[in-house]
Amino acid sequence: MSELRVLAGRDLMAGPESLADHVRRLGPLPPSGHGLVETLDRSGVVGRGGAAFPLGAKWRSVAAKSRGSAVVIVNGAEGEPQSRKDRLLMTTRPHLIFDGAFLATRAVHANQVVVLIGEEHEAARAAMARALGDRPEPEARIARIVSAPNRYVAGSSSAAVHLVNTGIGTPTTTPPHPHERGVGGTPTLVQNVESLAHVALIARHGDAWYRSAGRRGASGTLLITIAGAVAGPGVLEIEAGTTVAEAVALAGGTTEPTGAVLIGGYFGAWVDAADAWDLPLDAAALRARGLSLGCGVVGVLPKSSCGVCATARVMRFLATESSAQCGPCFFGLRALADACDRLAERGTNPDDIERLQRWSTEVRGRGACHHPDGAVMFLQSALKTFSAAFASHPAHWRRQPA
Amino acid sequence: MKTELHIVIDRIKCDGHGLCAELLPELIRLDDWGYPIVAPGPVPEALLPLAQRAVQACPVLALAVTRTERQRKHSG
Repeated sequence: MSELRVLAGRDLMAGPESLADHVRRLGPLPPSGHGLVETLDRSGVVGRGGAAFPLGAKWRSVAAKSRGSAVVIVNGAEGEPQSRKDRLLMTTRPHLIFDGAFLATRAVHANQVVVLIGEEHEAARAAMARALGDRPEPEARIARIVSAPNRYVAGSSSAAVHLVNTGIGTPTTTPPHPHERGVGGTPTLVQNVESLAHVALIARHGDAWYRSAGRRGASGTLLITIAGAVAGPGVLEIEAGTTVAEAVALAGGTTEPTGAVLIGGYFGAWVDAADAWDLPLDAAALRARGLSLGCGVVGVLPKSSCGVCATARVMRFLATESSAQCGPCFFGLRALADACDRLAERGTNPDDIERLQRWSTEVRGRGACHHPDGAVMFLQSALKTFSAAFASHPAHWRRQPA
Repeated sequence: MKTELHIVIDRIKCDGHGLCAELLPELIRLDDWGYPIVAPGPVPEALLPLAQRAVQACPVLALAVTRTERQRKHSG
């Protein structure tokens, strides 16, 4: 990475950047003219919460329905277990996020900002609360911070709206979508904290500047979290289009031979190591290959770890994280996790392999939110990548350390 | 604009009573836990009365037949 953008500035270990330091480094928040949405369109910047939806289009759809009472939800729930990038950003560059949030407020004609922060991200909450207190009026007055429960689905946009409306952070049936009818029934923009930080910079430097970073046809920079068998796991800012191999090298390289790489977190996919190294980390490029960048988690699984057992653990987690509202998700994911456990614990059997194949197809698309879809896409990638291991798995799970 | 009719299920409301699959087996079957799986594609004109009867019979009002633009994504 030649140049840091959202993580530029003083040492990240020094804690949250103050408003004075932030303004000294970047200049004041530029007036958000009518052109900002068009600038976002031209920049090609997409959401970094997982769905990779273009920001310009999203903002326009909220602005079109807003009558001056829209709501902006700043999404820092970060429920993805291995992701750290959102809380790092909130803890170190809170004003970049607030700049983006208040630019959004003007662009979509909102009069309320709700900052959603995972209840366990205490440092992030403290940094954001303090930063909000330093913002000038009326910004500090129209914004408030809400704790999101530590649940996987709590950060999805309909769940974020539901939480703010009722205190219950479970997804709801869509339509209506949040941009149509969200907080208090008004159009609501739900935007990930990293996306808003990029907006703060694009508003200052322009779309051409944003596109000047990026490799292999991709534009901009993005935050990723590298986890697993690497020397320096953690958050990195990379140019979009950087390959998995290059990113892993930036994280100090692997610590032992790699078996597979999990791209995109628990809603992502396992990819055999041989195929993974050359993959460009960019939402559009991965989508074109049937993969997903998600919120940018890259998990390196060493050859010495068993893919079947790793998959069984994740499936159990995802089954437990179902909000238990929709039958196919609640019962389906639990049955899938049970079948994975049986394979991992007692050894392979053709009946459970057949069930995994059939159920993972049947469950897809049959929940109010995308939780079951993400889970079965993850499982299908495991069945493909670890097909040999699934077909010949010994009964060894209990002997493996977690 | 070309429109077509689709069966839409509110997955949160649905409790798996299974009446829809009883009344409309041509388009709806149940999964291993008793929840409906809708055949992909639009509702054929000939099955519309049966589909509407299934909608009316759902004890939790989770089923609807909605008119959507052609090629729209829908959940099966």
